[in-house]
Amino acid sequence: MAAVITVRGPFSFVRRLVSARLHKHCCSRVQAACLAYRPHSYSLTAGQQHRFFRTSYAAAGPIMQFKLSDIGEGIMEVTVKEWYVKVGDKVSQFDSICEVQSDKASVTITSRYDGIIRKLYYDIDSIAHVGKPLVDIETEAGQVEGPQEDVVETPAMSQEDHTHQEIKGHKTQATPAVRRLATENNIKLSEVVATGKDGRILKEDILNFIARQTGAILPPAFQEIRPPPPAPAVPSTPAAKPKTTAPSIPTPVVAKPVFTGKDHTEPVKGFQKAMVKTMSSALKIPHFGYCDEVDLTQLVRLRSELKRLSESRGMKLSYMPFFMKAASLGLLHFPVLNASLDENCTNITYKAAHNIGLAMDTTQGLLVPNVKNVQMLSIFEIAVELNRLQTLGASGQLGASDLTGGTFTLSNIGSIGGTYAKPVILPPEVAIGALGKMQVLPRFNSKGDLVKAHIMNVSWSADHRIIDGATMCRFSNMWRSYLENPASMVLDLK
Amino acid sequence: MILRVSDRACVISRSVRLKSTLTSFFDEMGKGIIIKSASTGIFENLALEDWIHDHVDLQNRNILLLWRNSPAVVIGRHQNPWQECNLPLMRRLGIPLARRRSGGGTVFHDIGNINMTFFTSKKKYNRHRNLTVVTNALKELRPNLDVNSTDRFDILLNGHYKISGTAAKLGRTAAYHHCTLLCSVDRSLLSSVLKSNNSQVIKSNATPSVPSPVKNLLDLDPSLDTDTVMEAIASQYKKEFGFATPVITVDPTHESLMPGVHKMTQDVLTWEWVYGKTPKFSVCTSLVVDGVNITLDMDIKNGKVDRCDIGIPDGWLPLEIVNEFTSKLNGSRCCPRETAVLVAAFIRTNSLAADIAEKIHRLCEGVTSVM
Repeated sequence: MAAVITVRGPFSFVRRLVSARLHKHCCSRVQAACLAYRPHSYSLTAGQQHRFFRTSYAAAGPIMQFKLSDIGEGIMEVTVKEWYVKVGDKVSQFDSICEVQSDKASVTITSRYDGIIRKLYYDIDSIAHVGKPLVDIETEAGQVEGPQEDVVETPAMSQEDHTHQEIKGHKTQATPAVRRLATENNIKLSEVVATGKDGRILKEDILNFIARQTGAILPPAFQEIRPPPPAPAVPSTPAAKPKTTAPSIPTPVVAKPVFTGKDHTEPVKGFQKAMVKTMSSALKIPHFGYCDEVDLTQLVRLRSELKRLSESRGMKLSYMPFFMKAASLGLLHFPVLNASLDENCTNITYKAAHNIGLAMDTTQGLLVPNVKNVQMLSIFEIAVELNRLQTLGASGQLGASDLTGGTFTLSNIGSIGGTYAKPVILPPEVAIGALGKMQVLPRFNSKGDLVKAHIMNVSWSADHRIIDGATMCRFSNMWRSYLENPASMVLDLK
Repeated sequence: MILRVSDRACVISRSVRLKSTLTSFFDEMGKGIIIKSASTGIFENLALEDWIHDHVDLQNRNILLLWRNSPAVVIGRHQNPWQECNLPLMRRLGIPLARRRSGGGTVFHDIGNINMTFFTSKKKYNRHRNLTVVTNALKELRPNLDVNSTDRFDILLNGHYKISGTAAKLGRTAAYHHCTLLCSVDRSLLSSVLKSNNSQVIKSNATPSVPSPVKNLLDLDPSLDTDTVMEAIASQYKKEFGFATPVITVDPTHESLMPGVHKMTQDVLTWEWVYGKTPKFSVCTSLVVDGVNITLDMDIKNGKVDRCDIGIPDGWLPLEIVNEFTSKLNGSRCCPRETAVLVAAFIRTNSLAADIAEKIHRLCEGVTSVM
């Protein structure tokens, strides 16, 4: 993996850069341990971060009025465009409070204090004035007040050595509460692994550091390679175990990393909601499955012959048009598979048009557009239509008319992988087929010789209220015979 | 310089690990740096800007980033894409939409447009100084060129044609000011893509763009192509800010060099950022669907339909069907694809007579025409 940096400077830069990366590489294992602690990731809604490990103070603190400080360029008024916090939210110093705009400049205002938001002085789209209060923050009792100017990197604090640790000339960032916790526990901030934004040290980092110190700490190599300590084999006889084991290596104590991941709940919307609706409705249909394998050797040969001709017409030919046409020819003989059952199961409607749907996997999820009137289309025309649908699907332009009106569906899950599947029928249809991947497998031919065959599996599901196994089986056999012997399709093509 | 081996453990401070990358490389370089992006992907370049803003110490340093993109439309932080650009045309042509973090108006980028980002500390934020770098660079190339910056921070050619627009982002300690420069942009594509068909029916407090007549530098002088102009700007910047280190090229997908840049690219790609950050607006229009007049009244909040009212002539469709249709749309994204999928699921799961299903299709087409 070559770095694409064109360094035209002196060679020493490159040497130092290379050595820096080597250092990084051999310490990657430590980093793997450190990477488990990432409660604070780069977030657009940074202001909504909630701190869990707060040293709580019983008394409510003073309410500080946070005034809008100078933006620069002599600007006196800005428009408030977005609030990142609301009344009652906990904020830490340097968290984003709101976004204001002035004359093509968008400014992120960050908090000067730790505390709880008590009042927002402006609504969205109102004009805020520099020097006037923006929010009220209720701070903890005894918190040292931050600086007047919130532009400065770190606030002016007590001059004790370990509140101003410098690493490579960069001051350690930590809020006053964190610094106090470190002081109380005699911890040097420079030795704490910081996981906050901009290398800030958070309370969780201090607590993790303390946890690590109280257990027996091993060099990182040991932590990574050794499997977790085996559980006692017979818990009922603990006394018998320890005497016989060789006491050479002390039992490693793997310090428990603090898991700060949170469950994330969100409402079911959009694509997922559509799928929930459709599939819940499909539950009412009693499905039965029927699977088979198809020998596509001859079809493979046919397609490779037709590929060049098709490309000269500007169209890439896949196997799908053949599958669809063969299905349509089969549906002519078994129209019950192209039917629809009404709500009360009192009437079957045999659909005249074969609108064969194609299950399409897009970045948003499952889409099933259909090719209308396959019974009237040639294989080339089906290919053209499929191409149109695929292009629209990829660019998010499929309309509702492309997505409805289907009477039968094929799902080419094998293009991603898999052999057998159990597809779910899409109402108001009554049958669906899932095509597995094509594999080259050994098979015996009619002469008893072992030959290479292109085998694909198909899994059909059908509505057992109106379709029986024998019908499905005969349809599948007919479909299969058209594909195994493509020349026979020519006889029956309409 | 990175490891601190104590008697307890081999601990690497995460802040130090971050710095042992592009930033530590910058530390060696001194007070002025010019970077060129190796990518023409709009999202990767926006993420690169963000990464430099967040991770590089700009207190005593000035950085210029030069970048160009393949065709894309970029809207300002608080703008409304439905109001600013022709979304259906962009979808057809495959032109992506991006939202930047700075304010300002909507612009069209293609490879004939140069983007320049001037990074400084918040104290040294000075847009006029940056724009004089650009105008002086152009005047160095062509001394008779009539280019001047205005108080709205545009650059005008011959006092009339806009060749550059500006936007800025101020953070806690650092700031950046970026601007465009039209060298050889496809002007007809620019004007068709930046014209929305729905601006009349949208009511919103989003920052509006101020349309202006534009011209390419190349139209005036065929030797003013992007490479020549970028070279001139780079040397003028060095003169203005007083340093001499050469331009370095950076690949914004290089995660190990810029840890976190991949996630920033993903953040700026999401629908929630590009469309969901639109300030709330309402759409109020009347459509002709299947020969009848339909009134559509929607409130869109965070890019999602918050409220939807459809008025139909009596008897055209059963009222419960219309109510179910609008309730399906509530909470869904203001996006034609998603609406089509929801309506398709609706039609699938409710057995509707063929003519009613047909009317629902037409209604859906009408509603999505404003999305």
